[in-house]
Amino acid sequence: MALYSEKVMDHFTNPRNVGVIEDADGVGEVGNAKCGDIMKIYLKIRDGIIVDVKFHTFGCGSAIASSSMATELIKGKPLSEALELTNKAVAEALDGLPAYKMHCSVLAEEAIRAAIKNYYDRNGIPYDKAQFPDPADEDEHHHGDGEE
Amino acid sequence: MEKVIYLDNAATTAMSDGAIAAMQPYFKGLYGNPSSLHTVGQRAKEELEGFRARIARRLNCDAGEVYFTSGGSEADNQAIRSAAILGSRKGKKHIVTTAFEHHAVLHTLKKLEKEGFEVTYLDVHSNGLVTAEEVKTVLRPDTALVTVMFANNEVGTIQPIAEIGAVCRAAGVVFHTDAVQAAGHVPVDVRAQNIDMLSLSAHKFKGPKGVGVLYCKKGLPLLTFVEGGAQERGKRAGTENLAGIAGMAEALDEAVENMPASSQKIAALRDRLIDGLLKIPHSRLNGDRQSRLPGNVNMCFEGIEGESLLLLLDAKGICASSGSACTSGSLDPSHVLLALGLPHEVAHGSLRLTLSDETTKEDIDYVLKCVPEVVGYLRSISPVWEDLETGKRQHLI
Repeated sequence: MALYSEKVMDHFTNPRNVGVIEDADGVGEVGNAKCGDIMKIYLKIRDGIIVDVKFHTFGCGSAIASSSMATELIKGKPLSEALELTNKAVAEALDGLPAYKMHCSVLAEEAIRAAIKNYYDRNGIPYDKAQFPDPADEDEHHHGDGEE
Repeated sequence: MEKVIYLDNAATTAMSDGAIAAMQPYFKGLYGNPSSLHTVGQRAKEELEGFRARIARRLNCDAGEVYFTSGGSEADNQAIRSAAILGSRKGKKHIVTTAFEHHAVLHTLKKLEKEGFEVTYLDVHSNGLVTAEEVKTVLRPDTALVTVMFANNEVGTIQPIAEIGAVCRAAGVVFHTDAVQAAGHVPVDVRAQNIDMLSLSAHKFKGPKGVGVLYCKKGLPLLTFVEGGAQERGKRAGTENLAGIAGMAEALDEAVENMPASSQKIAALRDRLIDGLLKIPHSRLNGDRQSRLPGNVNMCFEGIEGESLLLLLDAKGICASSGSACTSGSLDPSHVLLALGLPHEVAHGSLRLTLSDETTKEDIDYVLKCVPEVVGYLRSISPVWEDLETGKRQHLI
């Protein structure tokens, strides 16, 4: 199917890091079922490094592929680097997403931020609130209008 | 890819061998323009009128009531706009339809609303059916048109067309039906079913793409759709697609001839498929089970999203369709499933499988092996399913 790149299809049909971390240090969930996509990311963190990451996603092929790619990109990386991951980088690593699917990569970026924020909150680690804008709420959760 | 199991016959069908053969003479030998006065042109004209008569016979109307179009969408657009505009000249600016029509109808009506028409959208209830009584209660003295689809393209429900037609006729209101999914699949008889205008499309019953019919009852005025020539009795200019029309006439003949046997065979496979898929926990058949096209299966599976289901089935060689938002690029799931009252989160997990007379029992059994596997896999990675199973979220189906 020419809808997606080979890389998207690979990450969709053989997703990396699927699952749950029972004793996760940080968990982030974004999206909503009404809009048709939810991502949940689990992080295991040691000395500021993401030593393990797992995800569960409800959504279309590109949502699952974006989750898979995003987890690959942050695994083994320091939190500071994970926080710099942009949706654009996720989409590029997948050899591109159709314009109306870019919101899937946005969700992946937001899910990682939410999981890191959750880790900070749990451990009372101070952070710059500006780094964690509220994930787009339902009204602002828009699909396919130039989030590149 | 190995064998492909094509279960998207509501999107389009493979052409029949007979229809392909019927088209061949018109590319080279009988290539004349039916409007030309010479022998070659007049021969083409004779052929054209022969096909018109064959199609008219299948719809039980006169040849003079058949207008060839580029397909179902054009026929819908023209029927509705014509009836609306002609109605408005008599001060009638109200139109009745259902909430789950094809977009060729709904978008035309939206445009008319902007032009000052008032449209009543009838509820189709959870089973995807309206009643003639419900149509009757919303008719007004200024109702110009009732347009109700014969059979729904997503959930396959067949409306009580003859009864709705009778109500309209008694009230003196024009009745149009989009029969794109019905023609060639269930009996269509414009006289017996009290239909004033009807749209059909050849490629839904093994004919070629790009050709269709607008039936318009004699005596009912019709606006010109395309200016520029005397073709189609001055209503639609443009040299006729004679090869396409030949293929359509042949395909319709074959479909109607084969209907008693093939619809029984297809419906039996459909029922086997529905029964098998309903064994998947938290699944639902969308649309009435009885009043349903022989080849239509439309299901929802809770906790998953339709596009990912579709793509994984495609990887297993099964071509299906989904009403999910993600296949259309819009935010909302199928307007048809929402019209049935399904919540958004359930409607996202839909799957449409539409059979043909080439579908085999082996195909169905393969699908019945694959769908539960794929649904199970997608549920195993779905946070929504996890919440449903742990009770954080309530099951809706």
